[in-house]
Amino acid sequence: MTTIAQDVTLGRRLRRWEVLPYGLILPTVAYLALFFAWPMAQAFKLAFQDGGAWTIEPFRMMMNDANFGDAFRFTMLLVVVIVPLQFVLALAMALLINSKLHGRGLFLAIFIMPLAISDLAAGLVWQSILTERGYLNTLLEHVGFIDQPYIWLNPTKPNQLLFAVVVAEIWRSTAFVMVIFLAGLQGIPHEYGEAAEVFGAGFFQRVRRVILPMLKPSLQVALLFRIIFAFEAFAVVLAITGRAKTTLATEAWKWQAEYFNSHVAAAYSALILVLSLVSAGLVVWLLRTPKEQMLR
Amino acid sequence: MRRIRHIRRGITGIAAAFALVAAASLGGAGAASAGKQDAGNVVFLSNQLAQVSEIDQVRNTLLKGFPGNVDYVTPPVGQGQVWFNRIQAEAQAGKGTVSLLGGLHGDYLTVQQYLSDISGVAKQLSKAGIPADLMKLGKLGTNKQLYIPWMQATYIMVANKQALKYLPKGANINALTYAQLLQWAKNMKNKTGQARFGLPVGTNGLINRFLQGYLVPSFSKGVVTTFRSQGAINGWKYMKSLWPYTHPQSLTYNFMQDPLLSGEVWVAWDHVARLTAALKARGNDFVAFPAPRGPMGRGYMPVLAGLAIPKTAPNPSGAKQLIRWMNSVPVQARTLGSVGFFPVVGSRLSKRLGVGLLSMNTAVKNTQRAKDALKSLLPIGLGAEGGNFNKVYVDTFTRIVVKGEDPKSVVDNEAPILQAIMDKTGAKCWAPDPPSSGPCHVK
Repeated sequence: MTTIAQDVTLGRRLRRWEVLPYGLILPTVAYLALFFAWPMAQAFKLAFQDGGAWTIEPFRMMMNDANFGDAFRFTMLLVVVIVPLQFVLALAMALLINSKLHGRGLFLAIFIMPLAISDLAAGLVWQSILTERGYLNTLLEHVGFIDQPYIWLNPTKPNQLLFAVVVAEIWRSTAFVMVIFLAGLQGIPHEYGEAAEVFGAGFFQRVRRVILPMLKPSLQVALLFRIIFAFEAFAVVLAITGRAKTTLATEAWKWQAEYFNSHVAAAYSALILVLSLVSAGLVVWLLRTPKEQMLR
Repeated sequence: MRRIRHIRRGITGIAAAFALVAAASLGGAGAASAGKQDAGNVVFLSNQLAQVSEIDQVRNTLLKGFPGNVDYVTPPVGQGQVWFNRIQAEAQAGKGTVSLLGGLHGDYLTVQQYLSDISGVAKQLSKAGIPADLMKLGKLGTNKQLYIPWMQATYIMVANKQALKYLPKGANINALTYAQLLQWAKNMKNKTGQARFGLPVGTNGLINRFLQGYLVPSFSKGVVTTFRSQGAINGWKYMKSLWPYTHPQSLTYNFMQDPLLSGEVWVAWDHVARLTAALKARGNDFVAFPAPRGPMGRGYMPVLAGLAIPKTAPNPSGAKQLIRWMNSVPVQARTLGSVGFFPVVGSRLSKRLGVGLLSMNTAVKNTQRAKDALKSLLPIGLGAEGGNFNKVYVDTFTRIVVKGEDPKSVVDNEAPILQAIMDKTGAKCWAPDPPSSGPCHVK
């Protein structure tokens, strides 16, 4: 017994291709280390240093800034409102495309279209729809719903601004979640659904008892991506609300590009990173799949 | 052959777009003398006319016909420090690529040691009619000409003619007070059901200049020293009372010409260059006039841009030729027509410019000549801290006016931040604050 264990030398491991997988992921790891981990470490260093000395001054400046509270609250609000709405919508869209309906290819094309548009452009498009003399008011006036343009982008009514940003974000990025769901749905063998149907399960029962549990890995991935992206929300908010609403990412950009203080900008980035990591950890933990439930 | 065609096209262009009627024969002289010989390659680094649409106009309208190869470069939007960095870096390297600089009076004060003496060009342009006081500013307090005035601008107000019937009784649009403006805005909202006064408070809007050059000076006769004064607090209180009658989408407006053209806004304040599109497109629908006066005067911010040649310029003779070109009457007229900056050369404007631009020109002149005019300069000596300086004023505005915080506690709270910027840069007071020997102090 012991002799066999001793015989597994590096040379033998090499011959048995055991190290091959490590070799194969090496370029990716190197890439991530060079372009993600290293800059991340640099950013953290920048956030905790000023003039070569270690300090928490950038964080103090960030927290005391007049816009910090607003940025933090609005970012959180966006995450809490947008992510659940997107999930329901994306699931409905993915189920529609995965069904045997005619014309589902057309739906797919329509759903995917906003993905091709940059977020700033999407923000500008929605700005031109919602502005006082914009497309929406023109349409409503033509139909006769209103006789004077209604101001949708009204900072004195913050819920309206939130609504505008949420609509634009949902329009722009729900397709992203849908694509992940669709891939997950297509990986679920038909037999499960058919078996449930034989036992008399209706559509919603099948979704709840069969599809959703089996879609859990996709849900996890989509949720991870969406939450991280929601924390980075920036261009859409900027284009639609101007100076009326701000987010953590907007503030990071302003501190870097307008106020030329990289330390405070790095502090904002570090905060976004920590928030993303914590919520990613929560997602992974809450949606963990016990081994015995895994498909394989 | 191609060059001849270039020149001919230039001359036809001049003939067609001859918008300035020069006093006597000067008109053609500038362009002609600039057009005689090939100027070679000239790298022209300018921090003015740096918006995408402006860059396009410079390359395709203003430089069209110039007998030389001009590489017009600008710092990226929002990164004005690149202009300073490049000048400094080339000076320190002792070897440059930039032959001609375009910048504001205040910018040249900070790089003045890197500029070469161009008194010769000033002499050549002596008959162009550049006012002596402007020319003198280009000496930056020395006895050498370090930059040549290039173009000027300021901030004015524009109203849709529909709005005029809501003007308060007895108000003269050319001598408006802030109190009358408030009443006007109130009338418009009460009679039309919608706030029709607008300000450029969007993320790229110039609200910071309204606060620094118009509101605070008009109410307190200062900008830094009087930051915490009762006068300034009154100004903020005024702004707070005006806000409910200001178009709510002002927080998204960057260039007021857009909401003016769409009809969302009827009365607006902005930089002349950001109003040109409205006045050019529908000159008969709009009227331009000076900003209002407050208890301490009619605060206004003149903008003077100049052309200079760095000591490390690889092609100074080409650069000099380009200065004469940019200051020739036809090109000065094209500058107003295309980018909305006003000429520095003394001439009468032709009616061909259109009623809108002429109205704008009158507003600018009325602003400068007003007896109660209170000149506020653009901040001087702040360098990279300019953004933080703006932040203080915009944050004060947002906190008091948009969020409704108490004016007194906000200015008390922001004053130390402002003072820290002054101490860090060592910037001395600029007009309308009285001159200081050391860094400017918030009283």
